[in-house]
Amino acid sequence: MTTQLRERIGAIVLEMQNISLAFGGVKALTDISFDVREHEIRAIIGPNGAGKSSMLNVINGVYTPQQGSITFAGEQFNKMNPRRAAEMGVARTFQNLALFKGMSVLDNIMTGRNLRMTSGIFAQAFRLGSAEREEIRHREFVENLIDFLEIQAYRKTPVGRLPYGLQKRVDLGRALAMEPRLLLLDEPMAGMNIEEKQDMSRFILDVNDEFGTTIVLIEHDMGVVMDISDRVVVLDYGRKIGDGTPEQVRQNEAVISAYLGVAH
Amino acid sequence: MQRLPMTRSETFAALLVEHARVRGDRPALREKHLGIWQALTWQQVYARVQKLACGLAALGIKQGDHVAVIGENRPQLYMSMMATQALGAVPIPLYQDAVAQEMVYVLQDAAVSVAVVEDQEQVDKMLEVRDQCPALRSIVYDDPRGLRHYVDSALLSCDELATLGQQQDAQAFFTQSVAGVQPHDPAAMFYTSGTTGKPKGVVLTHHALIDRARAVEAMEGLTDHEEVVAYLPVAWIGQNMFSYTQLLVTGFTVNHPESPETVTIDMRDIGPTYYFAPPRVLEGLLTQVTIRMEDAGWVKRNMYEWAMKVARRVGAQVLDHKSVPVIERLRYALGNALIFAPLRNVLGMSRVRIAYTAGEAIGPDLFVFYRSIGINLKQLYGSTETAVFVCVQPDGNVKPDTVGPPVAGVEVRVTADGEILLKSPGLFKEYYRNPEATQETMTSDGWFRTGDAGYLDEDGHLKIIDRAKDVGKLADGSLFAPKYLENKLKFFSHIKEVVAFGAGQSEVCAFINIDLEAVGNWAERRGLAYAGYADLAARDEVYALIADCVEQVNRDLSQDQRLSKSQISRFLILHKELDPDDDELTRTRKVRRGFVAQKYAVLVEALFAGRERQYIDTEVKFEDGRTGRISADLKIRSVRLAAPNVAPVASS
Repeated sequence: MTTQLRERIGAIVLEMQNISLAFGGVKALTDISFDVREHEIRAIIGPNGAGKSSMLNVINGVYTPQQGSITFAGEQFNKMNPRRAAEMGVARTFQNLALFKGMSVLDNIMTGRNLRMTSGIFAQAFRLGSAEREEIRHREFVENLIDFLEIQAYRKTPVGRLPYGLQKRVDLGRALAMEPRLLLLDEPMAGMNIEEKQDMSRFILDVNDEFGTTIVLIEHDMGVVMDISDRVVVLDYGRKIGDGTPEQVRQNEAVISAYLGVAH
Repeated sequence: MQRLPMTRSETFAALLVEHARVRGDRPALREKHLGIWQALTWQQVYARVQKLACGLAALGIKQGDHVAVIGENRPQLYMSMMATQALGAVPIPLYQDAVAQEMVYVLQDAAVSVAVVEDQEQVDKMLEVRDQCPALRSIVYDDPRGLRHYVDSALLSCDELATLGQQQDAQAFFTQSVAGVQPHDPAAMFYTSGTTGKPKGVVLTHHALIDRARAVEAMEGLTDHEEVVAYLPVAWIGQNMFSYTQLLVTGFTVNHPESPETVTIDMRDIGPTYYFAPPRVLEGLLTQVTIRMEDAGWVKRNMYEWAMKVARRVGAQVLDHKSVPVIERLRYALGNALIFAPLRNVLGMSRVRIAYTAGEAIGPDLFVFYRSIGINLKQLYGSTETAVFVCVQPDGNVKPDTVGPPVAGVEVRVTADGEILLKSPGLFKEYYRNPEATQETMTSDGWFRTGDAGYLDEDGHLKIIDRAKDVGKLADGSLFAPKYLENKLKFFSHIKEVVAFGAGQSEVCAFINIDLEAVGNWAERRGLAYAGYADLAARDEVYALIADCVEQVNRDLSQDQRLSKSQISRFLILHKELDPDDDELTRTRKVRRGFVAQKYAVLVEALFAGRERQYIDTEVKFEDGRTGRISADLKIRSVRLAAPNVAPVASS
């Protein structure tokens, strides 16, 4: 399986060059460079406060780095903004979930199609032919995702009533509804039990396999990351201390000491 | 409504041809795909089956060969079974939740050469065991998800199978092939899970299956307008008879749920008119209702309790059209408007005209609950070897403690030691390649031994007591019928499974599995935190809860002269749920009593020795086939026995 994935990995799609980010005097990220290749699963790991979430927020334009540049799909930027990122095909999920709790699973995932809807508010409000046909198309796409994520039983259930692990799945579905080129996952397994983690790992691998989506995920559960990633970046106190395949990273001295601690 | 004629054909494939001709535009199979119900008409099913049959023939399947079918209820799998039967070959449905190694025995025993499976999960199992099953040449799958990168010459999709067949003159080939199948040829083979020993392949002929389906069609007045939801494994004869044989005999519509989790929703979408559920499913539904009512507000809860009281008093009589005082009738009508009708709607049973339960004994309270809210639930009695329909309770004459009189064509006799014997056109042909076993089940004068103990009552209704071999005696010679005790306990929503011991002993002891959903809910409402099944099961509060249930059963038993000695004196709550993956239950979720007793011998001994706790270390099998060990120090609790024949003490 892994070898087949390797063969599918293509050219560099995202390149982060010398990124530095500071909040006042606090340096969140210092001179970090790495790249992400088409179709790969790329993990960013590190202990708490290492700068993982900041890195993700730089990629999709929530934070603007003071230094460095981002090259995505051949275009270079000094700063991204979230709208621009979304339009270019970057989707993300959130560590603390950002779903509409009172809306059904179906409606929540439909919101992910927002950027792809072309009919105007007037046509939609009065269900004109074109708007209706468009909605049917989008609904079909969303139904395929519901099938893919095995949440048919909860189609009409308000998201707020679902257990946490399922909400995470809906969040993933909403991001996938954008048909992203690059999918950012912010701690997809946080707060899950082992069974839920296994389920989520399988879905991440399936997404990558079925849709060919490039995935960047941050996670502090080392075990999970090592099993599903193609390459791993390790951050510690805002600096990059390791980069490579899971095997290489596992043997990296700096990584070992950051995770297990060293005698001072 | 125009009534189309009943079918006359004598083999499954001929029935399909007949339906395509007579009711070609009526829906045969319906499946929810992408959230929308999509029907296949009899014409469409016929056209597809023709292609699949030619495809199977191209894979080398010929008369008498065996084809394994593994998966949930799916139109493609149903049509593969029809295609197999059209070739005179024999489909063998297998339980889709069985682990790969369990399937090896069947695949070898029946020399299966083609397996038609649902999805990647089943494909992986087949690939895992292929080396052990040299006869297995081809694996056909329905759902391609996750299989894109599989490169294997044995693998092909259902669509590829259908195109394989296009090289032949499909119509002529199919017609000729169907004409070659005779009513007394084998139509299907079911491996009985069996509570003991290796599974046996039960061979049933076209005639046996079709005859029984026709007998019930006539008895219940079934038409091709019935709607059925098929949600139980097709490997179980009950589901197979109900949603496959009867589908082809009566020509109604069978609906396939979107996924196992959506059954409740799908039931509500479809509103089946003809329904079949084993007691554990009915029990599960009732547990959910009970939990929801316990969580409901004061007004709703009181309304529910009032209405259920009325239902218990007169509900069953109303359903049987017996005389009921006018005032009670009015109360029942009010209850119906406020509670019963909405409840039937929530259960998806608003349109149910006939509902059957079978598979194991059903607690009388559970049974009466459904009847009293206006659902025509009836018990039936049968087995794989007898093509299900042996006895069925007739409309208007349902006695909760019997399974009804024999269905047309069946003769029943009871031996001196209480075993039920029968003759029926639905009897199986043989156990596959096992003449000794076949011989053992038949008496010298041609009666089939059911292995069940029971008797015919004064009205000719059959009453089943227990499995003949399980009925035993306590040390003092009084009757011990474990299943009877277990069923009584299992009616409490907090108790999921019970194994009672006592044969040859001076007292009765029991293992108990709590119902995680019900007890979990109970614990939550009390603010009792727990980490999982094992933790919850070991709580003193939970032991007290279960002890109450046991004491109640003991009081009931003390009223019955024959069974007052069977009161349960000690019990323990097992640290894990009994599981078919660990061989403790059969795939139809019946306790394998002997195996459990052997596996937990330490616990049985501790119970009878009257110890207060016992350490146990057991092996468990996970769903992916790996094994692990869990251990626990289990508490044993004594229960008060009620004095025989004394009325229960009123609570002060």
